[in-house]
Amino acid sequence: MEQTIHLRVNGEAHELTVRPRRLLVDLLRYDLGLTGTKEGCSVGVCGACTVLLDGKNVASCILPAVMADGAEITTIEGLAQDGRLHPLQQAFIDYGGFQCGICTPGQIMAAKALLDTNPHPTEDEIKEWMMGNLCRCTGYYKILDSIKAAAGSEA
Amino acid sequence: MIDFDYQAPTSLDEALSVLQQRGDDARVIAGGTALVILMKQRLVRPELVVSLRRVPELQRLAADNGTLHIGATVTHRAMETDAAVRQRWPLLAETFSRVATVRIRNMATVGGGIAHGDPNQDPPPALIALDARVRLRSSQGDREVPMQDFFLDYYETDIRPGEVLTEVVVPAQPAGAGWAYTKFLPRTADDYATVSVACVVSLEDGSNRCREARVALGSAGTTPIRAEAVEAALRGQELTPQRLREAAQQVEGLVDPISDFRGSSEYKREMAVVWTRRALEQAIERARSGS
Repeated sequence: MEQTIHLRVNGEAHELTVRPRRLLVDLLRYDLGLTGTKEGCSVGVCGACTVLLDGKNVASCILPAVMADGAEITTIEGLAQDGRLHPLQQAFIDYGGFQCGICTPGQIMAAKALLDTNPHPTEDEIKEWMMGNLCRCTGYYKILDSIKAAAGSEA
Repeated sequence: MIDFDYQAPTSLDEALSVLQQRGDDARVIAGGTALVILMKQRLVRPELVVSLRRVPELQRLAADNGTLHIGATVTHRAMETDAAVRQRWPLLAETFSRVATVRIRNMATVGGGIAHGDPNQDPPPALIALDARVRLRSSQGDREVPMQDFFLDYYETDIRPGEVLTEVVVPAQPAGAGWAYTKFLPRTADDYATVSVACVVSLEDGSNRCREARVALGSAGTTPIRAEAVEAALRGQELTPQRLREAAQQVEGLVDPISDFRGSSEYKREMAVVWTRRALEQAIERARSGS
């Protein structure tokens, strides 16, 4: 049976009617057209679908949207402000933190959750936090460099 | 993904009454990290999913008179970061920090993980080593089950129809006791353990003699396993390297690991012995240094 839920997505309020089986990743991509969030493994392991739910990084591929009712969601589309990229987005460009790009929205959202709670993480803290976001092409050093650079620029 | 109906009651009484009416057609959901995957894989097909996320009384994490009360929907991440847990139940803070990834720890709940009954999970051995109890409620009332008796078989627990796991109650970690959680991860850092060991060891004052030890293993059989034979081999004994080796050897006869892509049954049995000894060594070192 369809249900009505309320979400704030990137600061904008939405009232949506969804079936309980609708996963948050599909609601974002198909109902709201926010295709920046990607789906990879579909079982919460790869991190491609990472979004922020009330500021915390979660896997949107295993979260029925009804369970997010009332929450504030931030996706990759919500980071740039007034036409300016977020420092993390700029750093991923400047430091070559992506190649094919499919894992990048998830990498950046996970890194944002990290810097929001710990603005100046050590290298080990970055590695520990980002462990759950897999990349199959660029490799991890440039992602690490990008996050370190962004942490510096936000200082 | 299968079709299902969804309700999010705002009180425990309301949740219990829905569960009683719908019986086997309903499943409880908390963080969803286990159940949603089982539903996607069509291994579980509930007609109704009852969420506990709006039940405030299940969200409480509090230390009262030295006893830790963990509400069923407290997240793994909260256990890892809570100041009181880190200070007074460091074994729990450490163990919960080793579960999967931050993203999953933000979603997965303490009660949900335990109710899932997967013997490969990290928290159950640590909770058994700390002598924790599970509180369950149905419309008939409350009951408590020691954590070590709660797991019956692979994905099977002592939760009865119509019951909800409300709380995990953990006594004080014994003062001056050493502790350890060792998780053998030969594949990836976010994997389930190939074998895991949690232990709490207290020494007689100023000596190298064991007063009390509690040891439990994960990924070593169809349920988490309390290693009482290891505990008995340590209690009252001088903790020489030889004694530790002999005590750890006792797990050989207690574990019954399955062969899978993390290793053969024989290999895991040997690793259970090795990692039990290493866990005991770490715990004893902590007890001696008072950290």
